[in-house]
Order: sequence, then structure tokens, then C-alpha cells
Amino acid sequence: MNKQQWIAGLLAGFVICFSSGADWRQFRGPGGTGVSVETNLPTQWSEQENIAWKVPLPGRGLSGPIVIGNRVVVTASTGYRQDRLHVFCFDTQTGKKLWQRRFWSTGRTMTHGKICPAAPTPASDGKRIFATFSTNDVICLDLEGNLQWLRGLTHDYPNASNSLGMASSPIVVGDTFVYQVENDSQSLAVGLNVDTGKNRWLIDRPKKASWTSPVVLPAKDGEEEVLVLQSGSGLHAYNPTSGDPLWSFEKGCSTIPSSTIGGGLIITPSNGLTALRPVSVGSEPETVWQDNRLGPATASPLVYRDHVYTVNNVGVIKCAELKTGELVWQLRIKGPFSGTPVAADGHLYFFNEKGLGQVVKTGEKGELVGSGDLGEVILCSPAISNGAIYVRSDGHLWKIASKSADK
Amino acid sequence: MLRRMIALGMMALITVSTLPVGAAELQSLLKTLRQMEGEGSNNPAATTAWKELTQTAPEKLPEILAAFDDCTVIGANWLNLAVDTIADRAADKGAKLPAKELEGFVLDRQRNPRARRLAYDLLLRVDPAAEGRLVPVMLNDPGVEFRRDAVAHLLSQADGLFSGKDLNETRLLQQVVYRQTLNAARDDDQIKVIVEKLKKLGVQVDLPRHFGFLMNWKTIGPFENKGRKGFGAVFPPEKELNLTAQYQGTEGAVKWQDYQTKHDYGMVDINQPYGMLKEVLAYAVTDFNSATEQEVELRLGCKNAWKVWLNGELLFQRDEYHRGMRLDQYRLKAKLKQGRNVIMLKLCQNEQMENWTKEWQFQLRVCDATGTAILSTSRPAGNASTK
Repeated sequence: MNKQQWIAGLLAGFVICFSSGADWRQFRGPGGTGVSVETNLPTQWSEQENIAWKVPLPGRGLSGPIVIGNRVVVTASTGYRQDRLHVFCFDTQTGKKLWQRRFWSTGRTMTHGKICPAAPTPASDGKRIFATFSTNDVICLDLEGNLQWLRGLTHDYPNASNSLGMASSPIVVGDTFVYQVENDSQSLAVGLNVDTGKNRWLIDRPKKASWTSPVVLPAKDGEEEVLVLQSGSGLHAYNPTSGDPLWSFEKGCSTIPSSTIGGGLIITPSNGLTALRPVSVGSEPETVWQDNRLGPATASPLVYRDHVYTVNNVGVIKCAELKTGELVWQLRIKGPFSGTPVAADGHLYFFNEKGLGQVVKTGEKGELVGSGDLGEVILCSPAISNGAIYVRSDGHLWKIASKSADK
Repeated sequence: MLRRMIALGMMALITVSTLPVGAAELQSLLKTLRQMEGEGSNNPAATTAWKELTQTAPEKLPEILAAFDDCTVIGANWLNLAVDTIADRAADKGAKLPAKELEGFVLDRQRNPRARRLAYDLLLRVDPAAEGRLVPVMLNDPGVEFRRDAVAHLLSQADGLFSGKDLNETRLLQQVVYRQTLNAARDDDQIKVIVEKLKKLGVQVDLPRHFGFLMNWKTIGPFENKGRKGFGAVFPPEKELNLTAQYQGTEGAVKWQDYQTKHDYGMVDINQPYGMLKEVLAYAVTDFNSATEQEVELRLGCKNAWKVWLNGELLFQRDEYHRGMRLDQYRLKAKLKQGRNVIMLKLCQNEQMENWTKEWQFQLRVCDATGTAILSTSRPAGNASTK
């Protein structure tokens, strides 16, 4: 370790020591579950109420914010061709911009008009930020915005792109950065060394466009964590360090909403919704239940307090028992939804595409207990950290927090 | 203990932030970064070089920007991020950026356009008035962003330029200004606005000529693409280019036939000669006569699977179906030889039956890196109003 590395490590250590509150380091936060342990979050907000700050963003994006300590990080893309890619870092307490970094896309920027290259939510291991874009550019920065490494995956694999845009959000598993680049032409997934950005592994994936994000099954019984990738053909599990295949589920899955985990089960959008229990290496997981009526639309399913929640394309939330799939209640709220809901303190937080946040209290029946209209198109999944909700549009990033939490 | 650690960290930070970077060392760092290739192969060395480079004083920014001139695509991003970081740190310390040198760099059209744009962005931080000084003179700049800004500026001014003058005189002057703006414009959204302005002034624009779309083709097909297997199969037109030959297709004997598009954006609709077929493919071929040997871009828009050959050499192929199409969707770098060049496409239609999967079409143009049309020497003259 040279002098500069030592100093960087020392400073990073200070940052980690002095940060507080639970981080939200990836799409759907801790463990990729969409569940926060935070309490006393606002259930009602407006321009005049419970908005701690609102900052302008100079570019488009549907990536969700992530929170590491006292930093909230968000990506964006700008330019007539949307070929300038940005990473912004703001102070969680004040909204002050701490730094921004920008670079040029090396892959194709074409997307469906509704979205843009800043689609995947970035990820962090607490020391570094890994941001990806629909162009398949990958940038790794430290928490001070210092460049660690760059990759251009469409530069490296020239047919790895989707003319509608790509949106899979990456994750970090141990010291491997995992990113799905699934499309009709050159479909692949990579595991990159977090220190260098070099390939640990690269695996061919089904040649069909997919916008889903990976999930990780926690380690148990002394075994490693298990990486699960979803595609139109089903689920495939891998060793996250080596990329070696472990098991598969070949009955087909949706290519838009992603699987989630909870209670030792994988809840996957397959034939409506299917609950799977992994069995052993080489064996297809056991199907615990399957229900055609529970199928989600764009937003991914959510597991919270022994129940699973989905929302369909007319805005109907369905709550089912996690163990059995038995429908418990339904509630219609105002859609449509692109962003996946999150949960905390007995509430589900939904943001629809018009920017209306809706808070549903869970229990024997679902009850809409609050809302807040931000008045801009919101396609992302929000982040929850340190008593606040963070959400972004094409034009702004908001911190939603009560005054008592805004400190 | 904690206080001591903080003090040590701060002292070390101050030491690092003031490390001088010598001229030879600077060139060595720049060489490492501008040679960066794919696969992250040299990332560890680049990371070290980048950290050292960002300790450079802001006065060295023009030298760093100059390194873009001989730089890989990946290397340019390492440099880009270093330039911004140096400028940000300078701003944090209240240090000045070398405004005069940056402006000189911006105005040097021999420099890399992206480096010039970075220099321009830095210049605006310390001299916002530079925008009004520089943008109006960038109408024919090799940098597409500068050009876009200049066109936008002129468009914002054009309608009010001649108020109070004689109506006929105003009309003629506006025609001149809008034609000049059109000649400079490369982005389709601006071109559409200008074309509409000219239309109201009685001027028709030859859009295919402006963009450089190839309008006259010969096509042959349909051949089989069941199960999408035709994409990888080799049919007779890939083995020999004989425009008088006859081959067996899915519908019987097939031969090359002329196809001319009159579409403003050069759309070649393969459904027209063959009908709304599925699981088939066709070929299209055209000549392009180049005045000189030259580097060009073939820019393709296509929502079907395709292959493109230039003079028998496969430039690129892509087996994606019906995920969308737009102008300049694919930019294929190519080298034309002087005289006759043959461009051939393979265009595949798949099995999907939804309404949005009926299209079987493409548009192709030849241009330089800025999107300026390069016309075949044998292209017929455009209509009189746009010559």
C-alpha cells in the first residue's frame, strides 16, 4: 500500500466511523429487499410540509438514489444524444452538492423515449460507488468522487445493447461487482473485481432482452451467498465469486419486474407469482406456491413482515401470505407505477409515474393513510435512510423527512 | 488518539495535494491514460496515474486537454474525469483557471472536439460572458455540440433580425439566413425547425441530400429466415454479387430489382416489393462513388436484424428485432476507396405477428464524424432550391 492509498483508506475509515443511520446502498436497499428498519418516517408531504430539501438535477434519470453515510448519490444523463453521463453526490443533511463527475458514453444511448441512459440504480460497498448506465458504461468512484476505474462493456462486447434501453441495476457481492447485460444480441453477465474492474467471470445469458436485476440469497450453513439472475427463460443461480452455475428454474420469468427474497424463499414473477425454496446445487428449487392472480406489472414484488405485495397495471395492490400465497387483501391506489415500492415501519411507500407518493398501512387490511404529490414524473424506486425518504425525477432530487428527523 | 489520527490524516492530505507534477512525469501520466484500451486491462496502472494526474496545477489543463488528440475512447474518459477533478479542486481552493489559454484551446479547431468542449465548460465557470463571444462564431465548427449551440443561437435571433425592413427584402434575407443555418445544422430536431421556416418562405429542402441518405437500391428476396436461422445462413448474394443472376427464394425464382425511395429520411421499405412477409430476409445493394479515398461513417437506422458489407467486407451485424429504430442508430466507421464502392445489406424479418413488428425497413446515409453528408459523385443533382 503506497502513501496515497493509506491516506485514502484512513479518510474512508473516518467517513464510515462518523456516518450514522442505515445505508441504502443499492436498488431496493439492504439485501435488495426494499425493506428499511427506519421508523417515524413521514406519511404525508407537500411543498410546504416534510420536504427537508429539494435540489435541481441537470439531467434525466430514472435510477434510484442510494445513500452511504451522509452522502446521497444519484446518476443522470444529458445532451441532445444523452451521451454525457453523470454521477452526483449530495450531503444528506443540507442537500449541498459535494461533488459531481461526468464522462462520455462509449455505448449506444438510444432508449425508449420514456427512459434514458441513467436507468440503473448505482450500488456501493460502503467504500466505493459503482454506477452503470444503459450504455453499459461502468464507473467506480470512491466516496470523495475520485475515479477508481472505468469499463465500457458495449465497447468491449459491441453487440451488448438494447435499442429500447437497458435498466438492470448492479449489485456488489463480497468483492465482486455483478452486472447483467441481457439483450437480444450479445447477452451476458459479468462479475468484476471491485478493486480493478477486471473480469472475474463472464457468462453467456439467454439471448432475450431483460430489464431485471439480480438478487442474492444470504449465506447459510457456512456456504457462500448465492447469486440469482432472472431472464425470460427463468432463474439461474451462480457462485458470485466464480460465476459457476449452481441450479436453475426453467419455467420462465417476467423480463421486467425482478424477483425478491424473504423468509428463505425467492418470490419470482413467473406464471403470475411463484414462491421457490432453493434445495441444493444441481436441483431445481422447490415450488412452494404459485398464483396467476398475483402477477406484478412493472414494479417488482415486495416481501414485508411475512406477506408479499404486488401491484398490477391498474394500480391494485395485492397482499398475500408469504408462506402460502393466499390472498389477504386488495387495495386500489392511483397508478401507473414504474418504480418498485419500499417498506418501513408498517407502511408501504408507492410513487406513481405522475409523482404522487402514496403510503399504505399494512395489517389485516391495507389502508391508504397518506400521500404527497411531487408533481413531476417519477419512475424510480425510492431510498430510505436515517429517517428520510429520497426520491428523484428527471429534474429534481427530494429528501422527504419530518423536521425532527431533519438534522 | 482520535485527534492524533485526524491530525495525521489532514497533514498527509495537505502533503499529497501539493505534490508537484513535473513535465516529464506529466507526459508519462498522460501516455498511460490516453492509451487505455478495453476489458479494464490496464486499470490498476491507470488508477495510479489518474490520482497523480489530478494533483496537477490547473495551469496544466491545456496540456492535459491536448492529450485528447491522440487518445482512445476509453482513455478520453479517464482524461475527462481528471480535467473536471483538477478544475473542481482548483475552485475549492480559490485557485484560478487559465482562462486565456482555455479560450485559445476552444478556438483551435484542430484540437479534439470533446476536449475543446471540456475547455469551453471550464472557461464558462470563470468567464460566463465567453458564451456570447464564442457561440456565434461556431456555426461550422467540427464539434457537434458547438455547432448545435451556434444553430440554436442563430435561430433565436433570426426572426427578429430584419424587423422594420421591406417585406420582400426581409423574406429574401430570411431565406439566406435560414439556408445558412440549415447548412450548419446536423441535429434532426433543429433541422425540422429550419425546414419548417424555409417552407413558410416558399423554399423546399432536399432532406435526403442534406443528410446524405442513399436513395437508389437494388433488392433481392425473399429468402428463408425460419426460426431466425437465416441471419447466420449464407445465401447466394453473399457468395457472389451478380446483379443479373436468378436464385431460388421462398416464393420461387428471385432476381435483383430496382428500388428507389422518395422518403425524406431515405426509408427503404422492403415490404413494398415483397409484401408483408414474416420469417424471411432480403438483400439490398447500391453503389457509392467516392471522389477520394476517405474515412467515413455509414449511419444506419433499422429495427430488423441486419448485416452491412462494404466492398465485400462485413462491417458489422446485429440480430435484434423490433426494439426500435431511429436516425443514426448505428454508426459504422468505414474507409471508402476512390471510385466505385459497393454497399450491401442483409435485412431479416422475424416471426412476431404484433402490429409493431410489421416494419421491414432501413435508412442508410454516408457522412463524416460530425454528420455532414458525403455525397456520391454519381448522385443526381438535388432540386434547384437546395443546391
